[in-house]
Amino acid sequence: MSLRSEIYHQNMGYLSIMSIDPKIKISKRAAQEIAPGQIINLGIGIPTLIPSHLPPNMPLSIHSENGVIGVGGSVDRQHADRNLIDAGGTYIDTIPGASYCDSALSFALVRGGRLDITFLGTLEVSEKGDLANWIIPGKFAPGIGGAMELAQKARRLIITTTHTTKQGKAKILKECRLPLTASKCVDLIITELSVFRITPKEMILEEIAEESDLETVARHTEGSFRVSENLTTF
Amino acid sequence: MIDKTCSATEAVKFLNHDQVIMVGGFGVPGTPFLLIEEIIKKDCKALTLIKNEANEAGLGVSRLIENGQVKRLITSHLGLNSTVIALMNEGALEVQFFPQGILAEKIRAGGAGLLAIVTDIGIDTILRDNKQVVRCNGKEGLLESALRADFALIHAAMADRAGNLVYAKTARNFNPLMATAANCVIAEAEIIVETGQIPADQIHTPGAFVDHVVEIGDLPPEYGVLEHHVH
Repeated sequence: MSLRSEIYHQNMGYLSIMSIDPKIKISKRAAQEIAPGQIINLGIGIPTLIPSHLPPNMPLSIHSENGVIGVGGSVDRQHADRNLIDAGGTYIDTIPGASYCDSALSFALVRGGRLDITFLGTLEVSEKGDLANWIIPGKFAPGIGGAMELAQKARRLIITTTHTTKQGKAKILKECRLPLTASKCVDLIITELSVFRITPKEMILEEIAEESDLETVARHTEGSFRVSENLTTF
Repeated sequence: MIDKTCSATEAVKFLNHDQVIMVGGFGVPGTPFLLIEEIIKKDCKALTLIKNEANEAGLGVSRLIENGQVKRLITSHLGLNSTVIALMNEGALEVQFFPQGILAEKIRAGGAGLLAIVTDIGIDTILRDNKQVVRCNGKEGLLESALRADFALIHAAMADRAGNLVYAKTARNFNPLMATAANCVIAEAEIIVETGQIPADQIHTPGAFVDHVVEIGDLPPEYGVLEHHVH
């Protein structure tokens, strides 16, 4: 155990003892949250890996804030269309039935309650489900983009993140220290170590990674949580 | 027949220092590079610029900002432009951020002749600071004033001589919204066809909103695929 956590810290927050990349572990688990026919939005980073774990031909609409409903995937140079990118600037293609819209309609879908799930990375998340992922005052302030609307208004907000910062500091806190993106908005937190569900009352540890254990999860989690009576592994 | 076509230089003839300009585009798609170039040539200063993002360093509105022509930027996200972020941090550029869809709605409201919108986005965040909070149907919301501009610069895939516009794929973004929200709306188009050739039910922006149409001609390279975004 002590060896495990030592290695954990030395390796910039990632469990190097894992046989697979933590980002793969997280995105694979996150993919299981998607039901056929849903409309989802994927933030930058780990969320973009999620579709690769979905069953082929699963009916699904991926929304991109710049005005696409029905993103296919990223394309190579030969297939890149100068008029077709996602919100991160990546050249993409679309699935049959896809549609384009302007920026107002794109966010009407988000704020109006049509978006089933948003997957986002984060800087901090609290045990109450508060999210802070858009600004580090004085250091990092690129703007809000779609983050507030996606976090506040998606039917479900799932956070996919490494359990700690690269310096090994907890990201799952009692209270966020950074300015919030939105309050009480997070439903599920998936890390390489654990899956937490957040209810209006409490944060519940639902799953522990096969490669981890309760003590490791507890040591790297600042927020309080209850262990589910139906605790499973993933 | 109405004919709104003119040269880029004629279209921006009355654009001047201290004015407010809205520029369409989200990344390269929909950014009117030709019209932006015309404002760089004109060297108007102290502009207030409204755009979703600031393109990338050395490209589009970033060149306008790097050229010292913009005093204030109203935007959503600058994540792909460290040059503009640095200017903001140095205090050389005043930047006001809004959530992306709220920026879109503020522009839409301006175009629709409304004074403001009310939204609960950001209600529990620092966005609430210094904003008017109103109660609506028992809930708290932030009053966000509508945005209008002196000029809107629009990029369309196709236009007719009467100013009816069609956008391509993700080049639509803020363009149809901004095309309603300025005193003078200038659209550059990749192709200009005779009026009547675009089926009326396939027009995205009715020509009634558009003042001038500028033909781009051969597309300059900045309209092309950005190699560093191909994965």
